[in-house]
Amino acid sequence: MAQISADNHGLRLYTRYAVLVLIAVIFIFPLVFMVVSSLKPDQQLLADTASLRAFLPVGDISLNNYTAAFQRAPVGLFIMNSVIVTGVTVVLSLLACSAAAFAFVFVNWKGRELVLSLILATLIVPFETIAIPLLLISSQLPWIGLDGLTSGWLNTYRVQIIPFIADGLTIFLFVQYFKDLPGELIEAARVEGASWGQIYRRIVMPLAGPVLATAAILKFLVMYNQYLWPLMVVQDEAYRPVMVGLQYFFQLNIAWGEVMAYLSLITVPVLAFYLYLQKAFIASIASTGVKG
Amino acid sequence: MKHFTLAAGALLASVAFTTVAQAQTTLSMWYHGAGNEGEAKVLNQIITDFNASQADWKVELQSFPQAAYNDSVTAGALAGNLPDILDVDGPIMPNWAWAGYMQPLQIDEAKIAGFLPGPKGYWGGKLYSIGLWDAAVALVTRQSILDELKLRTPTLDQPWTGEEFMAALDAAKASGKYEFPLDLGMAWTGEWYPYAFSPLLQSFGGDIVDRTTYKTAEGTLNGEAAVKFGDWWQGLFKNGYAQATQDPADRDGGFAAGKYAFSWNGNWAALGALAAFDDTVFLPAPDFGAGAKIGAASWQFGISAKSAHPDGASKFIEFALQDKYLADFANTTGLIPATKTAAAMTENYKDGGPLAVFYGMTEANALVRPVSPGYVVQAKVFEKALADIANGAAVADTLDAAVDEINADIEKNGGYGH
Repeated sequence: MAQISADNHGLRLYTRYAVLVLIAVIFIFPLVFMVVSSLKPDQQLLADTASLRAFLPVGDISLNNYTAAFQRAPVGLFIMNSVIVTGVTVVLSLLACSAAAFAFVFVNWKGRELVLSLILATLIVPFETIAIPLLLISSQLPWIGLDGLTSGWLNTYRVQIIPFIADGLTIFLFVQYFKDLPGELIEAARVEGASWGQIYRRIVMPLAGPVLATAAILKFLVMYNQYLWPLMVVQDEAYRPVMVGLQYFFQLNIAWGEVMAYLSLITVPVLAFYLYLQKAFIASIASTGVKG
Repeated sequence: MKHFTLAAGALLASVAFTTVAQAQTTLSMWYHGAGNEGEAKVLNQIITDFNASQADWKVELQSFPQAAYNDSVTAGALAGNLPDILDVDGPIMPNWAWAGYMQPLQIDEAKIAGFLPGPKGYWGGKLYSIGLWDAAVALVTRQSILDELKLRTPTLDQPWTGEEFMAALDAAKASGKYEFPLDLGMAWTGEWYPYAFSPLLQSFGGDIVDRTTYKTAEGTLNGEAAVKFGDWWQGLFKNGYAQATQDPADRDGGFAAGKYAFSWNGNWAALGALAAFDDTVFLPAPDFGAGAKIGAASWQFGISAKSAHPDGASKFIEFALQDKYLADFANTTGLIPATKTAAAMTENYKDGGPLAVFYGMTEANALVRPVSPGYVVQAKVFEKALADIANGAAVADTLDAAVDEINADIEKNGGYGH
């Protein structure tokens, strides 16, 4: 009897792993196709798409597409721009949105429910609907910098960063997480005479690792994939991000190998960022699942 | 003493150079060719030559990827941030001129008398843009295919009739050697549809819009000729002559791989087709009754309405119109030089050159797309209608609906200034 039970358990385990491997393969295949294709000349790449060879680094393999990609476009500059814009926005967004959520959850003030409702209502407003008014405002805004007082934010990093620091989704994520923190902790700290700033810095934020990771990854993806907004506000190549740069490769006769090489290169920062925060991200999702 | 003289000379030279540099007024320029190494090389050479040729103006280039260019210009216009010089796709120009993005050129029109009609961008009787090249579409095939299928080689004087064209497709289909007899480039979307396919409609006697008034599409896009065209178009897909949806890889390499007997493609792909087979030939468009037609007008230079220096911008554009630059562009990109004299300076388009046939096609058959600000909408409506018909939608109903949509747009925009 015990033997049958052990066999069933083993079978279930094998089945489970087989399904998981299959799912993993389905998700990994596009990435494998992208990287493998980036190593092949166009003619071979197109010919291989009809067979499993599309996923195998076989035939005429080289790094020529990568060399050509760097010749066609300033790839390094685009990646650097995206990393700067995304990195700065993510950091500022985590600070601003967590502070806002802290004020909504822990600080008692008149009208906070209404203001929070208004902020959450912005989640249903697509960016495209506010893009043009935002463009008109951004093109007229003043700025004090090294050149003194100037007018207009176009062709800068700040125009790609500042409008995206605060957003309803990130605030919502923090609000939900903070609501689940034990209220006794905050009360005890208040009794001990801690200020709101101290509670935010020393108690709440050290406990917010999982939600910080989740919010950071989601924000990173949104910012790194920005296309419409930089297209509208950046005419200077020096400030162009990766997604606008992708269009450099879509000429009349598309060099697919170069496209794949460029995509492989710009995927590296995303993967690195995700892998860095993966543990905390999964912890956040898992804890959400348990509560649900 | 020798050192002192050298130093003094260098100082004087640098002062003189600085004075010239300071005297030059900067003209900003936007161009759609980022990522296109060949075009960038020629354009940068023109700019370098122009900046060195005179002391008044200095052009500074900002390149954009083509797919992002029109949206960038529209956003720039909204933000009041357009450059002095911009380039514009020929059929879009009337819209930008009408919308107030552009101003007329100040160039001596005698200098463009010898230009092909396609590269000249007129709106409201004024020249708003001028191009250095044109593009053309041909029926690409191989002489060996024509011989094997026992087909007459059509010429500009005697193109295939509609019946001959269909007989050629039937022969290719009956041979059983090809996945499809005809590659129409259905993998390409957007401007390809009106550019490549509206001339076929025009050859049937229809059009996207009534060009006598530009105030309606009634009767031209849904009249008897247009419905006949629509039935023929749908038949191409229903009867297995062409595929309604196509893998982009097949568009890029299908003809070279022998999947198609004929390919409806542009001269920009011609060098690749010649490289694939040594007996590649480019045939003129068939004549479906109202004459053989192909599209015309490509990217052109213009001046933004906000430019404070239209005189300088015009000087640059006039400078760029020299035959040597037209020839350089043609040699680099494979596009058709705008003048006969420039064509004679190129390897591909000179008499007897492998692509010279395209110059003749443009001269003989080219028809610009409707010269109207409403074209930007009409092109999209036309594209959708043709895609729907290709996928089995009822021809007459689809064309009627397209006409309604175009007419409503014209009315909503007060006739677009016609």
